[in-house]
Amino acid sequence: MFEIGLAHYLTVAAIIFTLGVFGIFLNRKNVIIIMMSIELILLAVNINFVAFSHFLHDLIGQVFAMFVLTVAAAEAAIGLAILVVFFRNRGTIEVEEINQMKG
Amino acid sequence: MELPNFSLALPEIFIALSGMALLILGVFRKQEATQGIAILAVITMVLAALLVPAASGNRAETFGGMFVVDGFAVFSKLLVLVASSLCLVMSVNWLVKEKLERFEYPVLVLFATLGMLLMISANNLIALYLGLELQSLSLYVLAAYQRDSGRATEAGLKYFVLGSLASGMLLYGSSLIYGFAGTTGFDALAKALEHGAPVGVIVGLVFVLAGLAFKISAVPFHMWTPDVYEGAPTPVTAFFAVAPKIAAFSLLVRVMVGPFGAVTAQWQQVVVFVSVASMLVGSFGAIAQSNIKRLMAYSSIGHVGYGLIGLAVGDQVGIRGLLIYLAIYLFMNVGTFAIILAMRQKGRLLEGIDDLAGLSKTHPMMAVAMAIFMFSMAGVPPMAGFWGKFYVFMAAVDKGFITLAILGVLTSVVSAYYYLRIIKVMYFDEPKEALDRGVSGSLTFIMGVNALLIVVFTFIPSPLVSSAGAAAASLFGG
Repeated sequence: MFEIGLAHYLTVAAIIFTLGVFGIFLNRKNVIIIMMSIELILLAVNINFVAFSHFLHDLIGQVFAMFVLTVAAAEAAIGLAILVVFFRNRGTIEVEEINQMKG
Repeated sequence: MELPNFSLALPEIFIALSGMALLILGVFRKQEATQGIAILAVITMVLAALLVPAASGNRAETFGGMFVVDGFAVFSKLLVLVASSLCLVMSVNWLVKEKLERFEYPVLVLFATLGMLLMISANNLIALYLGLELQSLSLYVLAAYQRDSGRATEAGLKYFVLGSLASGMLLYGSSLIYGFAGTTGFDALAKALEHGAPVGVIVGLVFVLAGLAFKISAVPFHMWTPDVYEGAPTPVTAFFAVAPKIAAFSLLVRVMVGPFGAVTAQWQQVVVFVSVASMLVGSFGAIAQSNIKRLMAYSSIGHVGYGLIGLAVGDQVGIRGLLIYLAIYLFMNVGTFAIILAMRQKGRLLEGIDDLAGLSKTHPMMAVAMAIFMFSMAGVPPMAGFWGKFYVFMAAVDKGFITLAILGVLTSVVSAYYYLRIIKVMYFDEPKEALDRGVSGSLTFIMGVNALLIVVFTFIPSPLVSSAGAAAASLFGG
């Protein structure tokens, strides 16, 4: 029977992390997708922490994962609030339109 | 179970409680209480600054080893508290004039400062992350504080997206370090890495370094700096340029020298590269700028590069140079931003370098102060800025980083061009339309005090040099 080990978890987390980073840079559509990519990055980190915590038989990793979850919620709230204010001023959340300042 | 030693964290606990109390006060008293709350917030920070040295003495840990206080932490905390309170004093007048009196502003500054103090004292990856996020989340909101302005909200959005990406990278690095070293505490990490580090830890270290490089706006993670500095309201930019940078620098030093001191060879190359790149981008990027806030953004990228030379050297002398540089940088920058805040024409705030034309005729004292700050930033000998660079470069030469020191001198020659251009505009260009008279008392006070400190440092350097030396020594267990 096929055994799922630490390496599998780390690979999944690495793939999700990479997807998140590319989601931020390659996305030309709108900012909501960037927010989702940020959440993906944090989820990848949590998978890492919980997997390491399990295989090291050490609880600190899970404690860290809890803190990350909490902060991620606060971060999403602030991000969406800033996005709402931005939308009120510009009437759009297209990534290409965020270009008043350049240079 | 034994209670942790709360007295070591007294300044932080005091700021947290006052912050919450001021928040409640603001909710009950509504917007007219803004000025009062701002004054109370400044008093809170001054009192906290008085509490900081009381907690010092030798290196001590509390909260299960998560929180550390030593000479280095005391020195950096004092710098951060001075920076935050000066910036808050500058903002009060701006809040009134722009009719943006909302009590959240001083409270947010207070919580950001609390996050910075926690970063400086962090002795564990969890404490590091929580301090950093408390600071960053408050700063995202502050950047978008002027919520009717398209530019400010755009700055907030950009800062948020790139800042969260940096936090994500830092966290991913922390998870790798935790997984491959088996611990998150800095002391335990130092012990675990004594005999070389596994590859996983090195990869994690690079991610953490990238996340922190973003927070001090070092190249190649500087893309957000010019946009955010230009778009954010000016007092917020002043705050961004000093306090978070000092805090993130101290955190970077503590992480690199403490737990990863044994693998110095691994991170040294990265820091040298980042330092050189920052100096180059900082000096060449600013040449073509016409907006003074944008120019200050590139200037701060350059200064980060010089500071990083001190870290790249990695010994006690290098860290001492870095601390001296940070202290001088703080006073130069706060003073310059006080002048930028005083650039008003018919009540409107100006940001163009050309708007300074003829300042020597209309506001001679302000022009003298600006000239002192610009000469100091360029590193012209009698001013403090020269000595800041001197200590950093000397440390580099002593340790054999001669190329790094030469590059530093060359880039500061390039950057002298745009600092001197400001002086030329002030003294030799004809004024188009004079700036408003009647600069507020608080701004004049800040300009005067900072200009005085910059000049005085040349004659009485010993207090700063010796306390920075003691702070650096405490980091190396001296």
